[in-house]
Order: sequence, then structure tokens, then C-alpha cells
Amino acid sequence: MNSFTFTQATAVAGAVQDKAAHDDAAYIGGGTNLIDLMKENVARPTHLIGLKKLGLDTIENTPDGGLRLGALATNADTAWHPEVEKRYPLLNQAILAGASPQLRNMATDGGNLMQRTRCYYFYDLATPCNKREPGSGCSAIGGYTRVHAILGTSEHCIATHPSDMCVALAALEATVRVSGPNGERTIAFEDFHRLPGDQPERDNTLEPGELITGLDLPEKGFAKNFSYLKLRDRTSYAFALVSVAAALELDGNTITEARLALGGVAHKPWRDKAAEAMLIGQPATADTFRRAAAKVLEGAKGQGTNNFKIELAKRAIVRALKQAAEMNQVLDTNAFQNSNP
Amino acid sequence: MSHTTDYIGKPTNRVDGPAKVTGTAKYAAEFNVPNLLYGYVVSSPITKGKITKIDTAPVLALPGVQEVFTHENVPGFAFLDRSYKDDVAPGGSPFRPLHDAEIKYSLQPVAMVVADTFELARYAASILHIEYDEVAHETELVKHIDEAFEPGRGKTGYKPPKSRGNFGKGWKEGVARMEANYSHHAQHHNPMEMFASTVEWLGDKNLTIYDKTQGVFNSQQYVNKVFGLSKDQARVISKYTGGGFGSGLRPQYQLFLAVMASLQLERSVRVSLTREQMFSFGHRPETLQHVALATAADGSLTGINHFAVAETSQFEDFTENVVGWSGTLYDCKNVELGYRLAKVDVFSPLDMRAPGAASGSIALEIAMDEMAYAAGLDPLEFRLRNYSDFDQAQNLPYSSKALRKCYAEGAAKFGWEKRTAEPGSMRDGNLLVGWGMGGGIWDASKQPAVVKASLDVDGHLTVSSGTNDIGTGTYTIMTQIAAESMGLPIEAVTFVLGDTTLPESPLQGGSWTAASVGNSTVEACTKLGEALLKQAQKMDSPAFKNAKIEEVEFANGQLRLRSDSTQAIVLRDIVQASGETKIEAENSTVLTKLEMLKPPKYSMHAHNAVFVEVKVDPELMTVHVTRVVNAVAAGRIINPKTARSQVLGSVVWGISSALMEESVMDHRFGRYMNHNYAEYHVPVNADIHDIDVIFVSEEDDKVNPLGIKGIGEVGLLGVAAAVTNAIYHATGKRVRDLPVTIDKLL
Repeated sequence: MNSFTFTQATAVAGAVQDKAAHDDAAYIGGGTNLIDLMKENVARPTHLIGLKKLGLDTIENTPDGGLRLGALATNADTAWHPEVEKRYPLLNQAILAGASPQLRNMATDGGNLMQRTRCYYFYDLATPCNKREPGSGCSAIGGYTRVHAILGTSEHCIATHPSDMCVALAALEATVRVSGPNGERTIAFEDFHRLPGDQPERDNTLEPGELITGLDLPEKGFAKNFSYLKLRDRTSYAFALVSVAAALELDGNTITEARLALGGVAHKPWRDKAAEAMLIGQPATADTFRRAAAKVLEGAKGQGTNNFKIELAKRAIVRALKQAAEMNQVLDTNAFQNSNP
Repeated sequence: MSHTTDYIGKPTNRVDGPAKVTGTAKYAAEFNVPNLLYGYVVSSPITKGKITKIDTAPVLALPGVQEVFTHENVPGFAFLDRSYKDDVAPGGSPFRPLHDAEIKYSLQPVAMVVADTFELARYAASILHIEYDEVAHETELVKHIDEAFEPGRGKTGYKPPKSRGNFGKGWKEGVARMEANYSHHAQHHNPMEMFASTVEWLGDKNLTIYDKTQGVFNSQQYVNKVFGLSKDQARVISKYTGGGFGSGLRPQYQLFLAVMASLQLERSVRVSLTREQMFSFGHRPETLQHVALATAADGSLTGINHFAVAETSQFEDFTENVVGWSGTLYDCKNVELGYRLAKVDVFSPLDMRAPGAASGSIALEIAMDEMAYAAGLDPLEFRLRNYSDFDQAQNLPYSSKALRKCYAEGAAKFGWEKRTAEPGSMRDGNLLVGWGMGGGIWDASKQPAVVKASLDVDGHLTVSSGTNDIGTGTYTIMTQIAAESMGLPIEAVTFVLGDTTLPESPLQGGSWTAASVGNSTVEACTKLGEALLKQAQKMDSPAFKNAKIEEVEFANGQLRLRSDSTQAIVLRDIVQASGETKIEAENSTVLTKLEMLKPPKYSMHAHNAVFVEVKVDPELMTVHVTRVVNAVAAGRIINPKTARSQVLGSVVWGISSALMEESVMDHRFGRYMNHNYAEYHVPVNADIHDIDVIFVSEEDDKVNPLGIKGIGEVGLLGVAAAVTNAIYHATGKRVRDLPVTIDKLL
């Protein structure tokens, strides 16, 4: 059979050493993506390093007023953690918009960042894919691109990052804590995932052997004015066509701070600081939101069957900002989900 | 006189429910026979070409790998095409797995590794090196319309559509007209249970085959003919099926491969397919359709034109009745119908729930909505003005037709009279509200089926027939019918099915099982009753000495006189007195077969009317189907509970077809790219809201003695069109290419 060895790591240092000692090793947290990839022969690690005994599954307040999410905390435990619900409801909503309860019970926060794309061609060994097999070509370009990118693409890859949680983390400006052969370091969330460029096989900026140990949320959680809007082909258990994390700070009807991140449109959660800057000092009106939306999609490029996502993304941004400003659930197209018994 | 054992028409829990929820119900891949080997199928990554090289040596070198079967070492079995034809094979040359080097479609099985464990077989299959010589393929139906041809009567039951009158004249006579093109894409059945066969080798080519199928006899005769085995050598068993929807009507290739490997290796072998491989055989074919309608000033149809082109494979002409229904459902003198096939490099399509009608009703029922608007009529009023009281297509009266009741009761329950016609005129707060309707018609048919009824010395009745239960409720309704027929409590009756050692029954399909096996169950029980009376008459019981069968009844576990119910004999005493362990009887199918030879006297159909509410976000264009009322006229409903479940499933599927479901082909690769449950979208619970199912009363003593019309398919009809029509009513956007995904509404 497809043999691999397995060790259950009990300390970060040991896990990192174990990884360095093997050529084709992979860390495994909840396994909700890696095992799929192994079944499909997309990933074929010869050694797995189990992380579930590392601890690192707690969620704690940090001295600077933020919140630290252990890398091994499950998505479900994170979404329903009282501090997250109270202080970072945007993160709660984004997590709950993804996958299914069963998957969220297994999936870890660190693993969520490490999810690989859901590009149909990446998953199908019969079709060339630069991400799976560098240099073989991109089958998605010119093909069926419903879940593919419209921003930040390259001629080598148009895949998207599939996470919902990461879109909220990008908007909240989380910090990724990692540990590796050269010690510990932190990575700003916006620098964690990368655009495909000419190295689409690289999803993120982790160095070889590095392990995510935690995520730090800054104090500011935008609990008062936020929205996570996810548009997809069915109401649950589908990846985003477009998703928007919007967070505002308002002084009366004037925007004093804004965060805007998109999912389903790029190789990484797409944050547009220029568009955010345009919102500052402006009234929270549809006109303002439309201008920001136009700015975000300025450089967007459709791939044929996903051309519609440009217009859809604009409308979704406007709606998400409106919902964030008004905190009016009636406007939420996903409200149907909650009304279902 | 009513009895406590009168179960027909009463909501009854599934008799197989406990076995299913406790896991004791076993499916084809769950029979762990001793010394089992596991086969894993390798699927072609290319769509057309030839295999030029297969390097089996490194795979065979793996300890535990028993064999790698390819076209190079699979012996030729039966020579003629007809040996490979199953009961519902279309015209043409059936696909033979691992027969030669030729690749005819993407995901074609090209090899099978057999190993000691499933995991090893799967791994070995993943490293099997195969080289191909690829040639250009053609999978795009729209590019082959010019080559489309009129199919012959290849498949059993297929009749080319018949036109009547003069459509051109009717078109000119019309004062209002519409014409438009409609399309939908391929769909794959994707039942939860994937195809699997476990073949138990019993020595000397004697096999017990646990197969996922909708017809054990169809699988058996296929195995008999292909491998030259006698009926005794190939017993096929299928007690439980985790969904079929038509996919199990034809023996799938894992059956061939498992039997082949078992015979070659003289071992027990199981072959189960993967979810991806569930996209490697039959599917609902993509169709391109054109409908033109014209109406007179009073809204009556002066002309109907319905034309369809469907895809088929290069090797078989799969046909279905897509347009024929348009000549029956509405009253019209001038009807022109056409149906063509075009060959592309895919596997042969296959019947899928309401085959043909589901596709045709999308075009016809959207067109009817468009015509209603063009004629300035309410869509329901328009249908009522064109109500067919006589089947003009067959030139026959209906045996019964309660579609008017479906319209009336459905509309009342839905509140249709509150609808305002103007698109975009109804709102719920910020959301656009749309109300749409549709409906359909399906054959009420009956096939010969043999049923055996056997009463044992303990008074337990076992009724058996080699039919299947694909989740529809066959076990339950046959138990109800038998219990009522013999006056026994349901606990004293067991219905046995899914085994070729049982009396022969047809495939479970076409919505005919309830009528076919149900009526045969009554007949078998009647025969059993006669046998019991005869035996009773040998007993010392003067009251029954000269009693005729009409003068007795079976009630309360007794045989008794109708005129004096105190004159009674307990049924098990009759069996005990016989000295036998049981008394048995079987029905005869002679009368049914004779009936089928005679020209029909009536047009026999089930009908439905569907009313749908959607709510649409006016900016984001997200659609939610918030309410559905489906009113069905399907004769007598044996079990309102299981029948309702059938219609609920149909409604969910209709919503799926309308909004999300399609097998997406990348024509550059000739491959369906969304071949998994994550990307082949069907509704989740959160997509489904209120569904009301109404069974209108419809008595029919002509269709068959029990008055059953069948419920498996009719409920699906009109649902997708009604959703699409409701979207038009909400938004003013008329989408004619299904599914109506968000991009088509922006």
C-alpha cells in the first residue's frame, strides 16, 4: 500500500527536528485537507508528523489586549470561544461560513492557513497543473474557472486560496507565529500567503520545516461594525465564489477606520489597503462603498467562465460594507441559512 | 367491512427502517466473504485514442498483488454484441470493459489491479504505468447539431415522437406566439452508495454475486450470457440499494470486472468504484431544445412545436422520450415534434429519474410560462384553457385524469390567487418574490411480475419476488398489500426481494414496481387463499365444506365465512392440518402478458402541478426557493408516508436541477471536471425550505386492479421549470439554460 511512517510529536522542537530528518514529510493537524490530497494522490508524503499531542490548542488573552489562538485549536472551538464571539465576531462568522460542523470539529486553525486550493485541475491527476507539478502547465487557464482567481493571477496559475477563516484573519491583521529550524519568528498575515507568480507550487512564505504554532489577534476586533458575506453556489458546504470580510469604525456616519478583505478571488486572501484608505473620512453611504469596490476590482481580470465574479465581487463589497455599517441582518443573503430549522 | 389489517392507503413506517438505521442492512460492498480479494479500477486520463503500453511488471512484483487485468490478458468471452446487451441496453454495440486497446471516453476502465487488500490494490493501481496514443476527441454537443440523426427503435419501449395536424398552419393562425431555445447540461445520478460487486467463489464456477443494481435478473442474465454461466452458477443478490435513480438499471462495469476476476483467479473478489468513477458511466444526457407555441385570441393553443437534440455515445444510441409529452399534456390540434441524437465521445447516457420527461418538461413548461405572458394570461388559467380531456397523441380516452384537482388544490394551498402578474411586482422587504408554476405527465405502466406467497405452520406469511427496493419503499408497501390481502397484522408478514432464486420480477424503474409487483402480490395472495380454503375443506369443518372463495374472507389471522364470522379457522391450523411446513401459491403472469399484447384502450398517466415561491436578492441575485407545493395525481397511494418521501426527493432534485446541478465538461479534455461531491452541487438542508405534498384523490379501476399509477418519477416534473418561472416572475430575467446559477442573473 501507499506506505508512510508516522510519529506523534509531543514538542514543537521535536516536530521540527523530525521534519528536517525526512525528505517528504508533512505535518498533520486535523487532516481534513491533507488526507483528501493523499487519497487523490495529489500529496504523497512518506512521513507524517502528528501535531495533536503538542498542546497548542488553547485560546488565551495576550498581555497587549489581543487574543492568541493556538495552532491546534479546532476551527469549531475557535468560532465558539466566548472571547472570539464577543470581541472578534467577524472571525466567528467567517469560520462558520466554511465547511461543515463535522469538518470544523476536526480542522485546526494552523491547518486552515495551510489548506491547498480547490482548483479542479490541481485535484485531477489527468490534467496538467503547475501547482501540483511545476512546469507542466496550467489547465485552468482557458478552462472551467468558476472557483478561480480574478486578481493577482499569473500566466502560471489562477488558483484561489479556499479559506473563509483566513479572509477574516487578513482583515483583522493577525500575526502568524512560526517555529522552524532557525528558531521562532512571526509573519504578518498579509505576508503569509503569496501570489502565484512563477512559483505557483508555493502557497505561502513558510521556510522549509517551519511549523505554525499560533495566531495572534490584535486588540482591535471591530466587534461593533463588521460583516462576513459569502456568495456561493449553495447555502452551505460550497467554496466561495466571492466572500468579503468588512470591518468599520464609525464616528456617527463617518468612517474612521476600515478593513476590507476578499476570498475566492485570488491566490491569497485579498486585502486592498488603497481601497480601505478611500473609505476613511467618508460617509458610510452606498456611493462611498461603490467607489471602494471599483477600486478593489480595478485590476481584475476574468478568465472566461468566471468573468461574472468581477461584478459579483463589487456588489458583494458594497453589500458587506453596508451590512457592517448598519449591522442589519435582514440585508444578509445568508440569513436564510439561520432560519432553516 | 373494515379491518384493523386494512393497511393500504395508511401511512406506514418502513419495515426495513430498523435494519437500515442499525446497520444490519448490508449493501453490495459489505459482504465480507472469506478469502476475499479486492479489485481497484484504473481509469483512463484521456478521452480518445489507444493504449500503447502497459507496464504491469513493477505492480505484479508488489507482494500481495494477485493480478493486473488489462485488455492484453483478459480472455475474450462472448463474441457477439447481443451477449452484452442487458434488458435496457440501447441500440448499438455495448461497451466491453478491458476488451481492446481503444479508448472511447474519459475515465474508461483501462486496467484492474487485484490484491489482498483494498489499500494495496488502490496503491498498486496508482503506480501502474500506462502509455497512450491520444487522438482528437469531440464532446461538444452544440458543434454536432448538423450531424444529428433520427434514432430508430433501438431501446425497448422507445417510440419516435408523432406529430399531428399542421403546425405551420397553427402557427399562422395564432394571434400570440413565442419561440425559444432551451438547454440543460449532463447530470450524473450520484446515489450515495457507489457501485460495487462482491463475488463469492463457491468452487467450480459457482458464484454468489452481491451486486448494486436495480434488477438482479438483469445482472444475472448479463453474467450468464457474457461468461457462459448457467442460472444456477450465478446467483445475484441485492437486498438493499443505497439509491439508484436509474444508474442501476444497466449492469455497470464493476460487475463484469468482479465476475471476470473471480472466474480467472478462482477466488472471491470485490470491486467497488470511487466517487470519481461514478462519473465514468451513464448520465442524463445534455439536451438542446427548441419550443414554439401559438395561441388564438381565447388563449387556446393553435400550435405546439417541440424539437430536441440529445447527446449519445459513439457506440450506442441512447434514446428517451423528451418531446413526446408535449403532444399529450395540452389540448392542441397542430403538433410538430422532433428528436435527434448526436454522437460525441462520452459514455452512453442512461435513464435518470423521469428520463426524457424531466428534460422535456423544462423546455415545455418554461415555454408555457412565456406563452402565458405573451397571451396576457395567468399561467394557471392558460393551462386550464388548454386542458386535455382526451389523449390526442394516442387517440384514446384517459383511464383517469385528476390534473384539474392538482391545479385547484395546489393553487389553493399555495395561495396562487394572490399572485400579481407583473415581474418584480411582489416583494418581501428588500427581497424580490416570484411565484411560478409547472407540471408534468408520466406513464402509468405495469410489467409482468411473479410473486410467491407462503404461509408457514406458525401462521407467518412470507411473500417473495425478485424485485428491488432502491429506497422507494417496496419492502413496506408490498408488506402492507400482502397483510391486508391475507387479513394478517403487518408483523406477521415478511416481504423478501432482491435475489435471483426468487420468482422473476422486472427491473425497478419506470415507476412501475408498485403496480407490477403490488397487483401480483394480490394475485398470489388470492391463489394462496384458494389453496388454504381447499385445505380447510379437507378438515372436519362443515361450515366450509361447500364454501366458495367469494363466500369467505381472511381476517384476524383466520379464514372465516363472510355471512357468519363466528365460523372461522385459524390460518396456522390449516397449515398444520396439511401436514406440510407451509402452503404456497404463485400468481400467473399470463393475463398480464396477454393484456400487453392487446392495443391499449386507455391512455394511462400520472400527472402533477407544482407551485413555487422564490425570494431573490435584487442586487446579489442569490435565489432561495422558500415554498413549494407539489400536487400529484397518481391513482391510489398505497403508503402516503413513503410516497410523500418520494415526492419530497423529487422536489429537492427539481430545485437542484433548476439552481445548481450539472456535470461540467471541459471540452479541451473531454472530461467532467467537477467529479466529486464537493463540486457537483446538489442542495444541502439549508437550501430546502417548506415543501407541501398533496396527493389528490384519483380512482382508477382501468389502469390495474389496485388502481396504482406509480409515484417514483412524476413528482420531479415541472419543478425545475416552476423554479425558473418563479425567478422570471421575481426578476424579469428569463433564463433558458439550466441550472440558473448566479452568473446568469447578474
